[in-house]
Amino acid sequence: MRDDRIAIIDYGAGNLRSVANAITKLGYQPRVTNNPDDVLGAAAVIFPGVGAAAGTMHSLVQSGMSEVIRQLISEGRPLFAICIGMQVMLQGTEEGGWQECLGVVPGIVRRLGSGVKIPHIGWNQVKQRVAHPTFNAIPDEANFYFVHSYYVDPDDKTVIAGTTEYGVSMCSVMIKGNLVATQFHPEKSGEYGLRMYANFLHMALS
Amino acid sequence: MLTKRVIPCLDVTQGRVVKGTSFSDLRDVGDPVDMAAFYYKEGADELVFLDIGATPEGRDTMVDVVKRVSEQVFIPLTVGGGLRSTQDMRRMLEAGADKTAINTAAVLNPRLIIDGAKRFGSQCIVVAIDAKRVISAGVPQWEVCTHGGRKPTGIDAVAWAKQAVVLGAGELLLTSWDADGHRTGYDIELTRIISGSVVVPVIASGGAGSPEHLYQVLVDGKADAVLAASIFHYQVYSVRQVKDYLAERGVPVRR
Repeated sequence: MRDDRIAIIDYGAGNLRSVANAITKLGYQPRVTNNPDDVLGAAAVIFPGVGAAAGTMHSLVQSGMSEVIRQLISEGRPLFAICIGMQVMLQGTEEGGWQECLGVVPGIVRRLGSGVKIPHIGWNQVKQRVAHPTFNAIPDEANFYFVHSYYVDPDDKTVIAGTTEYGVSMCSVMIKGNLVATQFHPEKSGEYGLRMYANFLHMALS
Repeated sequence: MLTKRVIPCLDVTQGRVVKGTSFSDLRDVGDPVDMAAFYYKEGADELVFLDIGATPEGRDTMVDVVKRVSEQVFIPLTVGGGLRSTQDMRRMLEAGADKTAINTAAVLNPRLIIDGAKRFGSQCIVVAIDAKRVISAGVPQWEVCTHGGRKPTGIDAVAWAKQAVVLGAGELLLTSWDADGHRTGYDIELTRIISGSVVVPVIASGGAGSPEHLYQVLVDGKADAVLAASIFHYQVYSVRQVKDYLAERGVPVRR
């Protein structure tokens, strides 16, 4: 039976199956949907992402999901954004020259620095900068799986909930109200990744 | 600090994991879904599945394997072997793979790297390079081989590695064809030269026989990740033991 409380946004891109598999493993039955009403009607929304910023923004605008996400943010609804899904929350990205993004979090997305291999691929530690239920039962400096070449640089540093070292000290977890966003992929980060989704869903659904 | 990845490789044909020396003398070592779940619990950082039969039927079987593995294994999955088009790649990604590895098809049609990177992102495109050592004027060089190592191409492996990255490869999976299956250690020199020539991560493959070999190719060979098959399949060493060995010697690994 479908659980209408959890929506995974399908905007024609992203690693939907992996995210859906992870949520299913936790005992929920998420709805993968491209229908704005389904998304707006859910108690918890997951916004997956993988790939390029320009293509992601194009798909979001085409599918009407850009407006849905803006509405979720303005209403303070529980939203979990992953990787490129995190990046498009900011005003714009250096990727491909310059790409305007959703602009729901002030700040920009920058390219990773020199002296390190790019993309940043593999398991790296997340230093927890705040105490937050998202981190429940997850040790500080636990490893998560990253794959990206750009990182978010929000203006308001208080939204930086976790940081990771890779040439720079970058924001790897961003929390603003009910928005939780990670640069890494929890669905590919083993048991701690699953636990992070479980923590988010517990907060959103209780 | 970014950790070094330890990646078990599962060679699959007709729905079974097999192992042999340079693709001959294949032995059945287990069920791919069971083995994947086992390595996940053991602390593997990723898994690579190679369809070594690379027949149309084998591909259908692989899609089914990937689907079932991705329901219970929450680490990155790479699938390769006989992928010739972006359509082939899409099928694997939709089944639950995170990355696709292309080898012969990329050499024959380098455009496939560009098209794959454009459609799915560079992070989905692992270019696998099979390299064989040749001595030219007393200097070691490496030649790219295709078709499961059987066909020498005359292409210089270092030049091809650089070109593959320019075209859009997000990672390189580098196999030494001289070392593969012999368990006498990776080709350190080859790995160090290629890793130093490209900006993307390099996964070293071919020749692992002991934890020391993995240490050498990560430290001396400057590899970002190591692939190994037989030392894990025959339970000579567990993933956990290998990681403990590396950590005790100062190599950052996820534990």
